[in-house]
Amino acid sequence: MAIKTLIQAVHDTLVDEMRRDERMMLLGEDVGARGGVFRATMGMLDEFGPERVLDTPLDECLIAGVAIGMALDDLRPVAEMQFADFIFPAFNQIVSEAAKIRYRSNGDFCVPMVIRAPYGGGVHGALYHSQSVEAFFAHVPGLKVVAPSTAHDAKGMLTQAIEDPDPVLFFEHKKTYRLIKDEVPDERYTIPFGKAAVRREGSDLTCVSYGLMQHLCSEAAERLSADGIEVEVIDLRSIYPLDMDTVLESVGKTNKAMIVYEDTRFLGVGAEVSAQIAEKALFELDGPIVRIGAPHVPAMPYSPTLEHWFMLDTDRIEQEMRKLAEF
Amino acid sequence: MGSDRHTELGLKQEDLVEMYRLMLLARFCDERQWALNRQGKAPFVVPVSGHEAAQVGSAWAFEREKDVFCPYYRDMALVLVAGFTPTDVFNGLFGKVDDPSSGGRQMPAHWGAKNRNIITGSSPIATQVLHAAGIAYSKKYKKQDAVVGTWFGEGGTSEGDWHGAMNFAGIHRLPLVFVCENNQYAISVHESKQVAGRVYKRADAYGFPGAEGDGNDILDSYRLTKEAVDRARAGEGPSLIELRTYRFYSHTSDDDDRTYRSREEVEEWREKDPIPRFEGYLKSVGCLDDDAIEEMRDRAKEDVAEGVRAAGEAAFPDPSTAMTNVYGDVGAE
Repeated sequence: MAIKTLIQAVHDTLVDEMRRDERMMLLGEDVGARGGVFRATMGMLDEFGPERVLDTPLDECLIAGVAIGMALDDLRPVAEMQFADFIFPAFNQIVSEAAKIRYRSNGDFCVPMVIRAPYGGGVHGALYHSQSVEAFFAHVPGLKVVAPSTAHDAKGMLTQAIEDPDPVLFFEHKKTYRLIKDEVPDERYTIPFGKAAVRREGSDLTCVSYGLMQHLCSEAAERLSADGIEVEVIDLRSIYPLDMDTVLESVGKTNKAMIVYEDTRFLGVGAEVSAQIAEKALFELDGPIVRIGAPHVPAMPYSPTLEHWFMLDTDRIEQEMRKLAEF
Repeated sequence: MGSDRHTELGLKQEDLVEMYRLMLLARFCDERQWALNRQGKAPFVVPVSGHEAAQVGSAWAFEREKDVFCPYYRDMALVLVAGFTPTDVFNGLFGKVDDPSSGGRQMPAHWGAKNRNIITGSSPIATQVLHAAGIAYSKKYKKQDAVVGTWFGEGGTSEGDWHGAMNFAGIHRLPLVFVCENNQYAISVHESKQVAGRVYKRADAYGFPGAEGDGNDILDSYRLTKEAVDRARAGEGPSLIELRTYRFYSHTSDDDDRTYRSREEVEEWREKDPIPRFEGYLKSVGCLDDDAIEEMRDRAKEDVAEGVRAAGEAAFPDPSTAMTNVYGDVGAE
């Protein structure tokens, strides 16, 4: 067991899986000689060679389309989109092709492909290096969409993604890369998708989140605990498949629910979780379902004052938690 | 006797007869599906007529057991070469459960069948060209003796996917043959507003050979594609073939080509119909006489009628199956 940063866990898992399966390929912009702009693929070109570690042209559509072709021919491509913000040229290949190939061929073909993409803000990335894009893809049946918040989960979920028979969008919050460190077992393990983790137990309020926000929610929950308010913090880990059982069980206990996400609040993951709570647990609730998400502006602005205005922080989450707890 | 063009291409008379049979099957399937549409018995048809020589000629250059086909929606004659039957075509047309492409899930003409190495396709244009590049990369990586072919119209060459695939194929010298069936219209938009320069010349910019040929001449279509397949199989990389042709019907059964093509132009191209042209060749080299041609036409029409009958009797998919095959391991909600 070693303490690793989240990016180290991603890197080491990629190495382990590349060693384990010769069908696995890495492809993306700068993944070879540079080892990735976040160093997720550092050293891999040397170990595995240019046939398996492909520095692709600067063409996200190509990256996704070629990866789909590789997967159709029984390779196991793991593609990197340098920033989630740049995934949109690949949107058609992901949504019209990868997501629909199993269904449209009635199971004749499948696309066991992983697309990794760093997402999220709070790193001075402004409009085009800060976006959360999970809702676009979680809306599409045929895709799996996941976002680990710990190094331990990053390993187990990335291993699962590589083994998975379907296309998986694997979103890594770039601020967690070096901020988050935790214990990662040496042995190989998988974390099945569709199983949320309860990060902190509590009886007064259920707080649902994922990615970086999980850490802010857990911090805020600790502050409330000092005043005797116990918040149950749920880390969804996987957005689709979505583990509503864990959420509903918790809401049944606490009778209050909030969802915290960095993506645009309107029609984001919180909207779906909130709707399902309302559908399935309305009479358990002692207060309104609260959603905290990004303001309705096109993306995160750059200047420190503007970024701070946009980005959720522990203080704000704490305030909202107190308000709901007191309701 | 006319001059023999096929022997030097390595084609025997029995090859010619089979190529001719497949052209006829495609044509008669097409005429039948168009009529069924007009009778209200088939909601949607993508016609192939006019493209038979380009498709059968180019597809014939591949080896069915090991090579891979990434077609587009107009490629009915091509998938007949790759192993589809008229019954398969009409099962797709009627949305029947035995449709090999999709079990009745996709619109007609969205071909695919793993056991025939035909990769599933969609409606967005030229997406399959990138899949072909990924598959060709895989074949090269695995050192498999396999060439990948991908087909598209000249409209498809405008998509970024197409340029990305050309670029990637050039960089990695992939065993990939790009075949453009240039019928001069992308629905209504003429080639002059679609293509700057010439399609086949674009290969030069991506560092591999491009060639153009007469897509209404089956032997020319075969010759150019065979050279490209041979190059690919020898490890010499990709090629781009542009086959100039014309579609006789509208883009689909929902289109009306009278809004953008003159009847004179259509008539002019109907006179260059690839099927009578190939019949002329077959007769000139003594391969088939008029009686044999008549017999083959009758036989092909019977095969098509049998396909319509069999598909007509086949079952529709059960709606209780509509939630299956969304994921490999997550159950229906």
